[in-house]
Amino acid sequence: MRFSILFAMASALLAQAPGSAPKAGAAPSGNAQNGKKLFVRDGCYQCHGLQGQGGAAGPRIGPRPIAFAAFTMYVRQPSGQMPPYTSKVVSDQELADIHAFLASLPQPPPVKSIPALNQ
Amino acid sequence: MAKSKKTPVDRRNFLKGAVGGAAALAVDTGAAEAQRAEPARSAATPLMAKESDPGPLSKAEVLTEGRSGSDYMVDVLQSLGFEYVCANPGSSFRALHESLINYGGNKPELITCCHEESSVAMAHGYSKIEGKPACVFAHGTVGLQHASMAIYNAFCDRAPVYMIIGNTIDATMRRPGAEWDHSVQDAVAMVRDFVKWDDLPISLAHFGESAVRAYKIAMTAPTLPVVVVADSELQERPVPEGERLRVPKLTLTAPPQGDSGAVAEAARLLVGAESPVLIADRAARTPAGLKLLIELAETLQASVVNQMGRMNFPTRHPLNQTERSRAAIANADVILGLEVADFWGAVNSMRDQLHRTSRLIAKPDAKLITITAGDLFTKSNYQDFQRYPEVDVAIAADAEATLASLIEACKRLITSDRKRAFEERGRKLAELHQEALDKARTEATYGWDASPISTARLYTELWAQIQGQDWSLVSDAAFSSGWPLRLWNFDKHYQYIGGSGGAGIGYGAPAAVGAALANRKHGRLSVNVQNDGDLMYAPGILWTAAHHRIPLLSLMHNNRAYHMEMMHLQRMANRHQRGIDRTGIGVTLNDPNIDYAQIGRGMGVHAEGPIADPKDLGPAIGRALAVVRSGEPALIDVVTQPR
Repeated sequence: MRFSILFAMASALLAQAPGSAPKAGAAPSGNAQNGKKLFVRDGCYQCHGLQGQGGAAGPRIGPRPIAFAAFTMYVRQPSGQMPPYTSKVVSDQELADIHAFLASLPQPPPVKSIPALNQ
Repeated sequence: MAKSKKTPVDRRNFLKGAVGGAAALAVDTGAAEAQRAEPARSAATPLMAKESDPGPLSKAEVLTEGRSGSDYMVDVLQSLGFEYVCANPGSSFRALHESLINYGGNKPELITCCHEESSVAMAHGYSKIEGKPACVFAHGTVGLQHASMAIYNAFCDRAPVYMIIGNTIDATMRRPGAEWDHSVQDAVAMVRDFVKWDDLPISLAHFGESAVRAYKIAMTAPTLPVVVVADSELQERPVPEGERLRVPKLTLTAPPQGDSGAVAEAARLLVGAESPVLIADRAARTPAGLKLLIELAETLQASVVNQMGRMNFPTRHPLNQTERSRAAIANADVILGLEVADFWGAVNSMRDQLHRTSRLIAKPDAKLITITAGDLFTKSNYQDFQRYPEVDVAIAADAEATLASLIEACKRLITSDRKRAFEERGRKLAELHQEALDKARTEATYGWDASPISTARLYTELWAQIQGQDWSLVSDAAFSSGWPLRLWNFDKHYQYIGGSGGAGIGYGAPAAVGAALANRKHGRLSVNVQNDGDLMYAPGILWTAAHHRIPLLSLMHNNRAYHMEMMHLQRMANRHQRGIDRTGIGVTLNDPNIDYAQIGRGMGVHAEGPIADPKDLGPAIGRALAVVRSGEPALIDVVTQPR
């Protein structure tokens, strides 16, 4: 079984976003409500979970997503295992909505507040 | 034969040739009485008599017997110490079935299965808890066809499964119709590529030798499935008068240990290494294997990466670096693989994009060592042997059996300077282990209150109620992000049994029931996180669990899809730039949603759900555990996030 190695690979993905440097201020404003729908429609949840919490198939990407430019760059041209999403499939505006949704996700409860996670 | 019991039963006419003549001479009082009762029984079933009776019975014709070949077969099976026979009933082994329940007193106990795939997967799961095979009976044709995928899983998973299949070799003895359909020249041909050994005995003495030999072969590393054909005539014919049958003695083969020179070289490399990593997959065949791997790791203060084909190493041990396996492997100067099924895949990565590329994860100059019984037994057709690993030392041996000599060889080489270096390394690894555990706990909190329920929440709620008890997780964690292995404290061999081996779906539910059956006599609490698509292959296993009072808590990981396949489709749709809005077609399990609780109740299992609100999960687990503690199975349908 190789889940652990897959997990480690997935965890490395967003830290390795390739390509040219993002343009500051280029991010369109996103609609988090629409982003939530797109997150499901475009299958982001399949690897990253419905709240972007991540798992063996894909790393956690919310609630504090990486900067939009790096986010877009990686989605368009992933360096790891993630399948590429071209603009033909997901527009820049839709990516902005998804990014806004990820940014809007609630912070999780502290580990200390969950007894079973401390045992 | 160990014993003889006179239990006359009606059988078909086999007054044929010398054997029949001998049987006629051996007719006993009970048989004669049965013959006298025959006319009245025929009168009660006139239609059957008209259609199938050849005519008035001859006074000389013997219709019953006192001792059949199948009785002897049961003697052999009992001598091998089987506890259970898992079977879906089949006419080609009807005599063996009857001998087992009457002559043998239902020892081994017959477990009624609703599908032969379930029979084999049960035996597969049982073997990984108990360390020995369960027996499976099946038709040599339709039964073996059903069983074949489960046999393949057991083969890939190096699990000993012992099968007896029925067949009727003599064409002149076959009843017209189905018995011809259920007969075959070479029954095992269709699975021979993925069993270790098989035979077609043509006499009872031959059966005895082959049955014992099969057990020995199955249990010799690498442990693998075996099949013995029990010809129906051999089963049903009386034991010839005067034939002296005995059960051959079983002596299990000592597992092969590594060559002493190669072990010494491995020890030299490991002791001299600055960052050694031990990768274990199916290394610990027994509880002793777990202890030995702990001793080796502590002797060297080496990182351990547990691929969890078996419960090789405690999850909370400070040297366990599984959570940061890639970093550990990338930093290693010596890597030892212990029964690693895919060593190439452990030290390389492959990128699944339009152009598949691979690259070495390990350092180019890292020394690579393997110890595996897989090098002693390789077949060619099915490709479970994985990509060829280029290594520096390859030891063809059973890893567990080799660990003791490797530990001693290492100890002999450790100087006080090396020991100080090891202790310092151990302290750093302990810190890294704790950091990784803290990180996993933090990661588990994301999506904590989400609905559907996150898999991290599911496992945490379960852990909250089973920790402190003598529990055994009898399911694979690969499809749920490995959360239990990241969060729970596994430190006993029976607490985890690995996966299916061949990734053949349909293994999970019956293997869990088989493992729970093995755990039952030890009083262990068996828990199973059950994938929805897997259960739908053969849900009748729930009835088997209820019927045989097998205590097992199953929590559905109900993501309402064959989710792995959905992700594959998404990858293809993205690659072709067509969008993924239709990739649910053919892979989702909704519309209607499947009501697993209702299925469970229909099978006689306590069941609740569907539960999609995480706040409801803990109380439901509590109620279900009460049922399981009373000795019954229980199921909770949990609607979950994908992974």
